[in-house]
Amino acid sequence: MNEFQIKKSTIEYDAIIVGSGAGGGMAAYVLAHAGQKVLMLEAGAHFDPRTDALQLKWPWESPRRGASTTRPFGDFDAAYGGWELEGEPYTQKNNSEFAWFRSRMLGGRTNHWGRISLRMGPDDFQCKDGLTDSWPFTYEELKPFYDKVDRLIGVYGTAEGIENEPDGIFLPPPKPRLHELFIKKGAQKAGVTVIPGRGSVLTEALPGNNARGACFFCGQCGRSCKVYADFSSSSCLVIPAIETGNLTVITNAMVREVLTDKSGLATGVSYVNTKDLQEYEVKGKIVILGASACESARLLLNSRSAAHPDGIANSSGIVGKYLHDSTGASLSGFLPQLMDRKRYNEDGVGSVHIYSPWWLDNKKLDFPRGYHIEYGGGLHMPGYGIGSSIQNVNGLVPGKDGKMKEAGGYGASLKDDYRRFFGTNVGMAGRGTAIARESNYCEIDPSVVDKYGIPVLRFNYKWAPDEVKQAKHMQETFKEIMHNMGAIITSDLPGAETSYGLEAPGKIIHEVGTVRMGNDPKKSALNKWCQAHDCQNLFVVDAGPFVQQGDKNATWTILALSMRTAEYILAQKKKVNLS
Amino acid sequence: MNRRESLKALGLTAVSTGILLEACKPGQETKEAAVKKESTAQPGRQDFEVERDKALKEAKFFNEHEMATIAVLADIIIPKDEKSGSATDAKVPDFIEFIVKDMPKHQTPMRGGLKWLDIQSYNRFQHPFVKTQAAQQLSLIDEIAYPKKAKPEMMQGVAFFNLMRDLTASGFFTSEIGVKDIGYAGNQPNRWEGVPQDVLKQYGMEDVKI
Repeated sequence: MNEFQIKKSTIEYDAIIVGSGAGGGMAAYVLAHAGQKVLMLEAGAHFDPRTDALQLKWPWESPRRGASTTRPFGDFDAAYGGWELEGEPYTQKNNSEFAWFRSRMLGGRTNHWGRISLRMGPDDFQCKDGLTDSWPFTYEELKPFYDKVDRLIGVYGTAEGIENEPDGIFLPPPKPRLHELFIKKGAQKAGVTVIPGRGSVLTEALPGNNARGACFFCGQCGRSCKVYADFSSSSCLVIPAIETGNLTVITNAMVREVLTDKSGLATGVSYVNTKDLQEYEVKGKIVILGASACESARLLLNSRSAAHPDGIANSSGIVGKYLHDSTGASLSGFLPQLMDRKRYNEDGVGSVHIYSPWWLDNKKLDFPRGYHIEYGGGLHMPGYGIGSSIQNVNGLVPGKDGKMKEAGGYGASLKDDYRRFFGTNVGMAGRGTAIARESNYCEIDPSVVDKYGIPVLRFNYKWAPDEVKQAKHMQETFKEIMHNMGAIITSDLPGAETSYGLEAPGKIIHEVGTVRMGNDPKKSALNKWCQAHDCQNLFVVDAGPFVQQGDKNATWTILALSMRTAEYILAQKKKVNLS
Repeated sequence: MNRRESLKALGLTAVSTGILLEACKPGQETKEAAVKKESTAQPGRQDFEVERDKALKEAKFFNEHEMATIAVLADIIIPKDEKSGSATDAKVPDFIEFIVKDMPKHQTPMRGGLKWLDIQSYNRFQHPFVKTQAAQQLSLIDEIAYPKKAKPEMMQGVAFFNLMRDLTASGFFTSEIGVKDIGYAGNQPNRWEGVPQDVLKQYGMEDVKI
């Protein structure tokens, strides 16, 4: 077909949802179960963990032995995507180094995420230090939705009664592994709290749910789960929503813009099929964006019309601004006392068995807010890189004969060193609150388009001294815990010249805040229900609406917010405020 | 669904490696996919990955002489011992041939390093590395295998041997032989009940509670 043509569908759906990750998946789940006829558009491929997870594969089943050549988290990881996508660039302004991770697949990034499922706390919603804007509601108002998400999806953890780390409705947590006991002792001595992890993995069967299996402890949640024992939006939300008969999913559909009528109301969206490059328009009474914080901002900014000259939902000019990702810094080493350790299966679950919630008083710091610590280590499945740079460690500890040996080497003695060091590694990583700043933003690059002709995002992001000081504090804490454990640190100790190992923004993949909500239409894009101030039948249900992230991973809050918004939509429809 | 039912859904009713391997083969799923699948070349793989792997496997990087040298070096680094076979038993040279095509950053250091080694060998023993006596080979390796005591003029050889050692370890310990050797006991359905009692006792961790 040579002639350019846009295929227009005559069906008008009750709602069109853009994106199938945590936010889009939850909205689809709630609306489809309430009888709404819903169309979901996903830019990537179909993916069902039951058939597509690379779970239980052995390293030799990958020619690169699980290396990360084509997938950033390794060859068996579930993500179809990464920080760079062929033909879908983004650009930087003022030497920014923002890294934007996209998964192009049903369920999006929820297929491979760490399943760490933390609620934000009262102080995260209503800040006490006056430094940032508060959310347009309190923790208490969102709590019932967190509770419902816990029951619907399942999360393990323990009730601890920590005020700003609210407890949920928990399944039993997995027991700690050996290195985690060492960490607990070392952290305790350093005054750092360690509690059981909180993760969306079914350590026991989920009451009332027969479609999902219980965890069988392979520790491979990152590959997604064939028995649906962990939370992926694909397995737990979208596929069950399809089974209601009310949800239609079109994959390989990259949405171009939100379409509006003369009055400025949304009428549907246009998209390009990424396989055959044909153009389509579909109609819906409501449009719900769950494309990810940055992708939804891009879509809004690219949806210009006479009624919305600066992009839809952007009369405030706020869309794209206040972009923030969690801070991250890490340190690794090994525990010499674990050399020659006994072998047994300690795979456990693929999320965290333990973690450290923020434990200090913010008033006594030289930076505004805190971080949590995630820990790693243990007898992992061998993969590409196992035993690498052994010459940096095998000269640091006595051999089996009690004598120190020359670093490096070869032969039978080296072969035995690899065995001796197996399972001795230990690592820790901080994930901290970054302050939402108007000066950190994404915008439309005035001169660059992607391979579909869609204008791309340009990022402007700079860490402030607040975040650098926080990373310094992380490194000092890690060093102290390592020292208390008797660990030998193997990473370079990052100093001021590398901002204490502070990762580039976007690397932690918790980017949020680009379509912020608020009560004042001049200072926010969405109202407290994630409904556009400028367009009452347009909603955003991903991490775009976040006003200010805490040191908590974003997913559980995305799910609670999206459920709340979907229920609001249903209630408004009943009142005939929305058609 | 309880754990027994989930394993049944996976096609696993017994905890055994043989059965697990079967279950990992495509087409063995006992449950139908919940929604219609589009055709992809391999489940869970993107088309570009399948095509890329195929192209890499068809291409050839190292010549026969280089492959022979890699085989000798790999077995010097990881020889057969009483516990398991050698690097070549685990097909480490084939892995190295693949990985330098997968990660082109390794190509020049490997090709150049092999050449550096041959020149050193030729200057000392009038033969390329693979054609020299085992004792001669080891005398040369001794000068590049210990970074801290190596002479400054041997540092290029040290860098090459560090890379060769890393690739050999990666290839060996991710092979079936190597995974068994190192004693990794996971990748199979089980119930994690915490650190075994004898291990807790060994490290004095009985009283540590989280």
